[in-house]
Amino acid sequence: MADARAEILERLRAGGGGEAVPLPDTAVLARRTWAPAERMARLRRGMEAVHTEFLEAAPGQWPGVVLGFCRDEGFANLLYGPRCAAGQALAAAWTPRDPELIPYQDPVESFKATLFDGVAAGFTTALAGVAETGGLLLEPGPEEPRLLSLVPPVHIALLLASAIEDTLWSAMRTRGWGKGTARNSLLISGPSKTADIEQTLAYGVHGPKRLVVVLVNNL
Amino acid sequence: MHAETGFRESAAQALGDPQIRANFRRAMDGLMAKRAAQFPDPEDFQAMRHLGTAIRARSLLKLPALLEQLEASCLRNGIQVHWARTCEEGNELILGLLQARGATRLVKGKSMVSEEMGLNHFLEAHGVEALESDLGEYIIQLDQETPSHIIMPAIHKNKTQIARQFSQKIKDAKYTEDVDELTALARKVLRRKFFEADAGLSGVNFAVADTGTLCLVENEGNGRMSTHVPPLHIAVMGLEKVVETLEDVAPLYALLTRSATGQAVSTYLNLIRGPRGPGELDGPREVHLVILDNGRSRIYADPQLRATLRCIRCGACMNHCPVYTRVGGHAFQAVYPGPIGTILTPQMEGVGVRHELLHGSSLCGACAEVCPVEIPIPEIIVRLRREATHRDAASAVEGRGTGRTATEDLAWRLWAAVLSRPRVYRLAAWCATRFRRLIPGGLPLLKAWTLSRAKPVPARRSLQERVREEGLPHG
Ligand code: SF4
Repeated sequence: MADARAEILERLRAGGGGEAVPLPDTAVLARRTWAPAERMARLRRGMEAVHTEFLEAAPGQWPGVVLGFCRDEGFANLLYGPRCAAGQALAAAWTPRDPELIPYQDPVESFKATLFDGVAAGFTTALAGVAETGGLLLEPGPEEPRLLSLVPPVHIALLLASAIEDTLWSAMRTRGWGKGTARNSLLISGPSKTADIEQTLAYGVHGPKRLVVVLVNNL
Repeated sequence: MHAETGFRESAAQALGDPQIRANFRRAMDGLMAKRAAQFPDPEDFQAMRHLGTAIRARSLLKLPALLEQLEASCLRNGIQVHWARTCEEGNELILGLLQARGATRLVKGKSMVSEEMGLNHFLEAHGVEALESDLGEYIIQLDQETPSHIIMPAIHKNKTQIARQFSQKIKDAKYTEDVDELTALARKVLRRKFFEADAGLSGVNFAVADTGTLCLVENEGNGRMSTHVPPLHIAVMGLEKVVETLEDVAPLYALLTRSATGQAVSTYLNLIRGPRGPGELDGPREVHLVILDNGRSRIYADPQLRATLRCIRCGACMNHCPVYTRVGGHAFQAVYPGPIGTILTPQMEGVGVRHELLHGSSLCGACAEVCPVEIPIPEIIVRLRREATHRDAASAVEGRGTGRTATEDLAWRLWAAVLSRPRVYRLAAWCATRFRRLIPGGLPLLKAWTLSRAKPVPARRSLQERVREEGLPHG
């Protein structure tokens, strides 16, 4: 449809121009800043309000916290990305008696049936957090596949308190979230939800039914 | 495509349906309260709106260049870009993409543009199953209805209606009114569909020109499922959806979720930069972007009407509209109902055929007051009312002047003839004041007024007469 393209652009050019418009003033975004401890508290408040669960961990202790949680919940297994550093740290803490640790290492085409029907929970890292509204910023990719945080019914995410940014906007500016080479970037604030039936909130409609953040307090 | 019966009749019908009125009243009250809670500080809200408006206005000012940049960025990222002048062209394009890959099962994330295109019907007619996966869209698709709200498509239905529908239409489902159980039921059905789908289709909330990113805002995760599980992802967008940089997305996103559902943040903001890359184990093998015009370039050409294209489809104008909240979405018989639909639909489908919509507004201004990108909806309504009955040479509005009826035309001609002849005017004024009580209320144009109001009666003496009688100086 090369001609459709040319015709549309030509029409827009012909109808274009117009008065200058005011420059976007981002001062209203820039003034939203908090001290690190307050950022952590805000993130937590925002996410708990939409049913996100939190587990606290001291630096270096988090693999044990994840393991303990999986045991307590009676999960049959946990899916993780074996190629990332956090995944390796997790594997190092695991023993053969624990819930099975399943590496996501095959292309989805051959792994789909297990992924959809045979996984109790998925573990990923979060690149950063957003204090203002509460939320995790993820960058899935070769190390942590895209569906790892989506298909399993429980999503466990690792977040360092030092990686919590003030706002989504500042995370884009200072951390370049979404601007790098990642082909998929995500903000996640809670478990999947809907209010399509009579405005009544219901969780776990398509994505994970539970979101559990392992918050490492390294401030 | 629409308007077999007029807005007038369908609105009257809706007003007589207590179920519709109750369902909308409850939902809209809730949405208004939640939105208000998200903007507690009026100064902050105004600053955010000005920012949102400036970003959208600047994007539109640079629209042709940004679209070209978007295309180049997408191609660099491995997203293939297609252009469609009309809905038919867009439908053919999408069907072609599916057929070339032997895809017959399509799962859809929510997309108003695909509603605009009538894509589902078109695909079904060509042997492709097009399944809506947003819970609200799924609910209305089961009953073969259209959305009654752009954000909450099934808002006209209540729990009991949905419970009955699920128990009748979903295999092996038992009757339940428990919302969690109903949701779980839909989850089970749709999970299978995601698993089996050959292709996924989504809309686009914002398309970023400099990075070639497609942004999707959602709560359910069906958008992520539709765009990331099947091997093929097709995204459709209206050509106005482009913004310049990724940082532009942050404030627009904040305005969108707060205005739409009163949430500070949605569950997911999904940024798509391309298909499965080297070393990746999942994600679609191919991503395609279809950019649709369907009348937008014409709207764009008019400096005043261009503001229509700033819309970020938050639905706040609907939730606050005294007309929409009473008659509901279906009465508008348009893909986009409520205030935004009132200005968009006549511009897309022709201002003459849809001019009834323009009169279904009290011009109270509530829509403009809440709009996060400050679209002067009432001003545009007034402008379009004029377009519907006048043929200004400088205007390019579709169907301008065609909304004028023969009776209206005759009345205006008569009016002009009387007013331009002083003697005739005086005679007419004399008759009107002397026979004032005898004027029948059922006269063609007068009837619209007297149907629900008292007949206006002219004064006993005309102003001219009184001025003369009282000896006041006059020219
Ligand atoms: S016109 Fe404004 S309020 Fe209405 S949907 Fe569009 S952005 Fe929202």
